[in-house]
Amino acid sequence: MPITVEKVKEFLQRATEVLKENREYLTELDSAIGDADHGINMDRGFQAIMSRFPTFEGKDAGTILKTAGMALVSTVGGAGGPLYGTAFMQAGMALQGKYEFTLEDLVKALEAALKGIMNLGKSKPGEKTMIDAIAPAIEALKKALANGADPVKALEETTRAAEEGMKATIPMIAQKGRASYLGERSIGHQDPGATSSYLLFRTMLEIAQKQGS
Amino acid sequence: MKKLINKPEDVVKEELEGLALAYPDMIKVHFDPNFVYRADAPVKGKVAVISGGGSGHEPMHGGFVGMGMLDAACPGQVFTSPTPDQMLEAAKTVHGGAGILYIVKNYSGDIMNFEMAADMARAEGIRVLSVIIDDDVAVKDSLYTQGRRGVGTTVLAEKIVGAAAEKGYELKRLAALCTKVNLNGRSMGMALTPCTVPMAGKPTFQLAEDEMEIGIGIHGEPGRERMKLKTADEITEMLALSIIDDPPYRRTHRIFDEEKGEWVDVDLESPPFKPGDKVLAFVNSMGGTPLIELPIIYRKLHEICNKKGLKIVRNLIGPYITSLEMQGCSITLLRMDEEMIELWDAPVRTPGLRWKA
Repeated sequence: MPITVEKVKEFLQRATEVLKENREYLTELDSAIGDADHGINMDRGFQAIMSRFPTFEGKDAGTILKTAGMALVSTVGGAGGPLYGTAFMQAGMALQGKYEFTLEDLVKALEAALKGIMNLGKSKPGEKTMIDAIAPAIEALKKALANGADPVKALEETTRAAEEGMKATIPMIAQKGRASYLGERSIGHQDPGATSSYLLFRTMLEIAQKQGS
Repeated sequence: MKKLINKPEDVVKEELEGLALAYPDMIKVHFDPNFVYRADAPVKGKVAVISGGGSGHEPMHGGFVGMGMLDAACPGQVFTSPTPDQMLEAAKTVHGGAGILYIVKNYSGDIMNFEMAADMARAEGIRVLSVIIDDDVAVKDSLYTQGRRGVGTTVLAEKIVGAAAEKGYELKRLAALCTKVNLNGRSMGMALTPCTVPMAGKPTFQLAEDEMEIGIGIHGEPGRERMKLKTADEITEMLALSIIDDPPYRRTHRIFDEEKGEWVDVDLESPPFKPGDKVLAFVNSMGGTPLIELPIIYRKLHEICNKKGLKIVRNLIGPYITSLEMQGCSITLLRMDEEMIELWDAPVRTPGLRWKA
C-alpha cells in the first residue's frame, strides 16, 4: 500500500502535537547536558510548519517536506534548526514530485536525511546525537522490508530500533554540540536530539497504524 | 522565576524595541527576521562586520553595533543560535560593496547557521568570509568535543576588527586580523549561581550555597568542575593560571577558500603566553555579579600578571558578555601588538561601548 501525500501532512500535524506535548520533557533533558532549549525550539519550529500548512494544498510530498525543512531552518535556531531543517529538505528532494510513494522510497528519503545530518554536523554514530536514533531505525526498516514485513510491522521495528538507539545514548560520552563540553559528566543522560528523533519515528508508526485500521 | 519581563516569549522582541527607541542615532532594528544594524548602514566601500548568537549575553552582540564596531548583529532566542535568514537579510542590508565578515562563536548551532547563511549570501553575489572565535581554555581538547567555546575574546575581536574595518582594511586582511585576535586571546569563566532561561522558567543547574562551578561557558550550561566556594583571590588565581599556563592549542577550522570556491579545513595554533607579552586584561561579570566585586578580581589579576611577566597595556572591566542573571565572572587575556593596541584605542560609538566618539 503506497504512502500518500495526505499521510505526510497528517504526520506533520501529529508531530507538531507530539512535540508540543513533549516540550517540557525535551527541554528538561537538554537542561541536564545542553542549554535547555530543545523542546522550546522544536515546538516553535513545528508551529512554523503548521503556519505554512495552507500552502501545502495540492503539492507533492517532496515540496511539502522541503517547505517544512525551510520553516525549521528559519525558526528553530541552535543546532537543531539546521540539522532537522536539512534532514527534511533532503528527504523532500528524495521524494520530489511524488504524490504517493513506497516504503522503499521512504528508506531512500531517510537515508538522504541522515546523510545531510552527518555532513552538516560532521558527526557519526556513537557520539550521543540524533544520529544514534536515526541510523539504527533506518537499518531496522531496511531489514524488515527485506524480510517482507508488512508496513505497520516494519515501522514497529523501525520505531523500536529508534527507541533502543535513543536509550543507548544514556551511557555515551557526548562528542558533539554543547554536551561535549561536559565530557564524562554527560554520561547517564539521554540525548535530547535522539529523543526528538525517536518521537518523530513513533509518530510515523502511529499514522501507519491508523491507516492499517 | 522572578524577572522584569512581560511574557517570556516576548523578551527578545521587546528588548530590541527598547534598544531601537533608546539609541536611534546609533542603531536601527529590523524585525522578522530580527537584526540590529548601524543607523548609517550601508557604509559605502567599507567591509561590513556582522556577528550574532543567542540572546542573553547583553550587551553582546546588539549593544556593539555602531561606528567602530559591528555593522549588524543577529540575536537568536535566549541562548539559541540565530537562523540563516536573519544573517542573510542583515548582510544584504549593511553590505557596502566591500564584502561581509561574519564573526562566529564556536558553538555547533552558530557554526552551522552561519555556514548556511554565508553560502546563501555568496549565491546572491555577496563576498563573505567568516572567522570562528574559540578561546575558552576550560575546554582542554578539541578531538572529542566541539572544541573550545567562543567567549570573552569575541568582545575584543569585535572592537578591534570593527576599528580596522572603519580604517579601510579590505576583507581578506580583516579576516586575517580577526584570526590573529582569536589566536592570541584566552578566557576562563566561573559561576556562583545558575541562571534561568525565561522560556524554561527553571534554573539550568543547581548549586548549593557553598558551591561554585568552574569552567562554565556563557549559556548557563554546567562547567568543568564543581567545587567548594573559595575567596576572590583564590578564584582569580585559578582562572588566571589556567589561561597563562595554557599550552599551545591546536585545532582545525573550516573556512571558505575564495580561490577554490569551497569550504576547506585549516589547522590553527594559539601560542602560549610568555614573559614580556603585552596583554589586554578583560574582567567580565556574568550579569549578576555587582560591579564592586570586579576590581577585586582585577587587583589580583594585575598582581599575577606582574609576577608572570605579562604587561597589562589595556583593560576592560564590566559586564560585556553575560549569561542572563548568573553571578560569576570570566577573565580574558589578549596578547596585543602595536596594530591591535592602535585599533583598540580607535573611536567607537555603540550602545554598549563608547569612547572618543
